[in-house]
Amino acid sequence: MNETISNVLMLTGTTFLLLAAVGVVRMPDLFMRMQSASKASTLGIACVLLALAFHFPGVSVNIRVIGTITFFFLTAPITAHLIGRAAYFVGVPVWKGTVIDELRGRYNPLTHHLSSQDVAADTDKGSRERRAQSEM
Amino acid sequence: MTGISVETIAFMMLSCGMTLAFIRLVRGPTLPDRVVALDLFAVLSTAFLTIYAIDTNQQVFLDVAIVLALIAFLGTVAFALYIERRARDE
Repeated sequence: MNETISNVLMLTGTTFLLLAAVGVVRMPDLFMRMQSASKASTLGIACVLLALAFHFPGVSVNIRVIGTITFFFLTAPITAHLIGRAAYFVGVPVWKGTVIDELRGRYNPLTHHLSSQDVAADTDKGSRERRAQSEM
Repeated sequence: MTGISVETIAFMMLSCGMTLAFIRLVRGPTLPDRVVALDLFAVLSTAFLTIYAIDTNQQVFLDVAIVLALIAFLGTVAFALYIERRARDE
């Protein structure tokens, strides 16, 4: 019984991890790649670790598995946020089909200041590059 | 099923995933793309070690997987801070 659950969880987890890798290769821009890499891989690694917990009965393994799953669920959003933030600062171009970028024009990359109105466009290096990219 | 176990299928799928992550690591047009690929590569390695622990019936590999996850997290955070600081210095 436990072996069956373990095998099913293992295959589910590796399928999600494979789909995460496919998404990282196929998605058109960094931000979409990042969401594929963080969400699908978190679910996949959680399933694989649960498969391990079902394979080894015993409290010590189960506690370590639960701790590792909690660690992944806490750190995956943090890394995704940090990389996304850094990429936006650097001015990584977004996909040309992107519908909305709510920070465009409101964010000054030199002072790292976010305003509720549009700041002057000539100080906004990232947004200018992004606009040029989307008009191409 | 004769001869081919579930673990082998899982290993094959993870290897395909690692190859795809490596393609993005080589091709990635910007530095953040490569960092994302490296992060995914670390997660795939952790899953690989976990399944290896199941395959060989050795619980110790779970500890290796935990350490790898910790180091990968710290490495990704360091890369993100480095990218940000490099943009600020220019």
